[in-house]
Amino acid sequence: MHNIVSIGKQSSVSIRDLSLSFGSVTVLENLNLDIRDGEFLVLLGSSGCGKSTLLNCIAGLLEPTEGQIFIKDRNVTWEEPKDRGIGMVFQSYALYPQMTVEKNLSFGLQVAKVPKDEIDRRVARAAGILQIEPLLKRKPAELSGGQRQRVAIGRALVRDVDVFLFDEPLSNLDAKLRSELRVEIKRLHQSLENTMIYVTHDQIEALTLADRIAIMKSGVIQQLDDPVIIYNRPKNRFVAGFIGSPSMNFLTGELVEEGGRVLFRTNNVSFSLDGYDASEPLRAGRKVILGVRPEHIKVDGDIQGGEVHEAVVDIEEPMGADNLLWLKHAGHTMSVRIGGARRYAVGTKVRLAFDMTMASLFDAETEDRI
Amino acid sequence: MADISTLNTTVAGFDAVSSRLASGPSGRKPRRMLSTRNIVLYGTLTVAALYYLLPLYVMVVTSLKGMPEVRLGNIFSPPLEITFEPWVKAWAQACTGLNCDGLSRGFWNSVRILVPSVVVSIAVASVSGYALANWRFKGAELFFSILIIGAFIPYQVMIYPIVIVLRELGIYGTLTGLVIVHTIFGMPILTLLFRNYFASLPVELFKAARIDGAGFWQIYFRIMLPMSLPIFVVAMILQVTGIWNDFLFGVVFTRPDTYPMTVQLNNIVNSVQGVKEYNVNMAATLLTGAVPLIVYFLSGRLFVRGIAAGAVKG
Repeated sequence: MHNIVSIGKQSSVSIRDLSLSFGSVTVLENLNLDIRDGEFLVLLGSSGCGKSTLLNCIAGLLEPTEGQIFIKDRNVTWEEPKDRGIGMVFQSYALYPQMTVEKNLSFGLQVAKVPKDEIDRRVARAAGILQIEPLLKRKPAELSGGQRQRVAIGRALVRDVDVFLFDEPLSNLDAKLRSELRVEIKRLHQSLENTMIYVTHDQIEALTLADRIAIMKSGVIQQLDDPVIIYNRPKNRFVAGFIGSPSMNFLTGELVEEGGRVLFRTNNVSFSLDGYDASEPLRAGRKVILGVRPEHIKVDGDIQGGEVHEAVVDIEEPMGADNLLWLKHAGHTMSVRIGGARRYAVGTKVRLAFDMTMASLFDAETEDRI
Repeated sequence: MADISTLNTTVAGFDAVSSRLASGPSGRKPRRMLSTRNIVLYGTLTVAALYYLLPLYVMVVTSLKGMPEVRLGNIFSPPLEITFEPWVKAWAQACTGLNCDGLSRGFWNSVRILVPSVVVSIAVASVSGYALANWRFKGAELFFSILIIGAFIPYQVMIYPIVIVLRELGIYGTLTGLVIVHTIFGMPILTLLFRNYFASLPVELFKAARIDGAGFWQIYFRIMLPMSLPIFVVAMILQVTGIWNDFLFGVVFTRPDTYPMTVQLNNIVNSVQGVKEYNVNMAATLLTGAVPLIVYFLSGRLFVRGIAAGAVKG
């Protein structure tokens, strides 16, 4: 299955200056992306951001208006889907309803005129990996959602391909099955070591599965990075707000100078920026947005020195393991995550400390990270 | 398990239920059979059914009477003496023009028109509908618009040009000519029907098949066809009844010895010479209507399912 001459982390899929428009609507514009061999890349974004369109372009189901696509260093821009060395798994499973599971798995191989015993061998192997042997004689209608998606993955598996494409494969499943299959896909990737490109709008799936995440908005990749970096050092305000639930707290204000130090000020309340790792010198007078995640605000007992603010509990949302407090402070409402055992009555005054080492500062105009 | 405390709670629960029964309504509300609502509902249905069945009854009864009995004029009375003479005469002896071999000639003409017209029109329309729904080709929208407009042009406008075209092709007056005309005129509505049905199938199935390497015909025959039985039945019923009941094209594009059954029926019923044989006319009409009726009875359930499938998903 693996290219024998592959030298470590060569690029598996490369996209060069890809543009796609339907009539006057531009969906993708000048997109460039390099996916390493064996990498699990997640395309993340809300609906309409072009992530599925990009995947369909890689699969060959949509023709790009401009640009090139390389798979395994071969230019496949004009190739038919079947000749690209890809397998694809769809959100709605897309199993052929009139065929048994076995026929569903072997259909592509039959079309490609693969010898009978080779077909049997590959179907048996895929069924073994996905544990669907007992289902081989059934029709898709007789399977549960999870089983159907397993068969759909099997259909990509039997094709012995270099690249797996997943188009929101878990979105039609209920929450419990979704987390089960998520783990299975991760395990599959670990054992097969194929390149996988996975489209989703679910940030949990993205954070848990990905080697790297590409966050997309209106046809443009906003940030392509390791999940941890995306979470902790978002490149711009969109990425910061998109990843994390509940969303990052954003405070709009400006930088001011007081006693030789640059502070963040909003609604006449100043915040020390001690510990913030800025990529450029902070200059007073600049309009900025301060972003702090709910878990990076310490409350009462958790505070270990530093600047302390006071706030009032507005709403309390117990979520089991965690407890979410919505606080009023400096004219803003902000969410704070604390341990599930710590309860607060509405109206209670609490003390807060902001962990600026984990905060993000964005320019108010460009919304890019400072 | 059944210690005193659980026993007590069961008894308490039972008491609660029985007291609720005594205290007021519980469970399903009882309904009377002979309510005003039921009388109006079933009354209307019965009247409507009678209204539609009465003419059929008169036809069947009359066709089973001899002429002397018909002349008595009691059209609703059942036959005193049942005779199948009129049916035999209508089928094998009734005269139209020079031919005196009854409706049988027209029947076989109609069959010879019907079978190829239905098969060819459905085959062509289903492939066109599939291409329009799944393979976006250049000019597809334009092609489809033209087809739809075609469905709204009155037939009368096109008759004379078609006569000329068929004459130039040298097939005017032949069954081949009529089959071609029926096939073409079935195209707009059938293509629309198939296109909408195929468009209602999940597009991801089509994508999956393309990734599996199947081409245009493989996807059509191995993926689309097996999923489309209901819509094929709908198309078949539409075409069978439409073509069988056609009179206009039949009378315009054929000659007396190739007249379809409907045209022949008209000639028998409207003949002005001799006595009006009402019993033979009734039998001939029933014979002509038998084919669409049989098709409905055999495939009615699939028809409803096909229409419903299109309606719900479309």
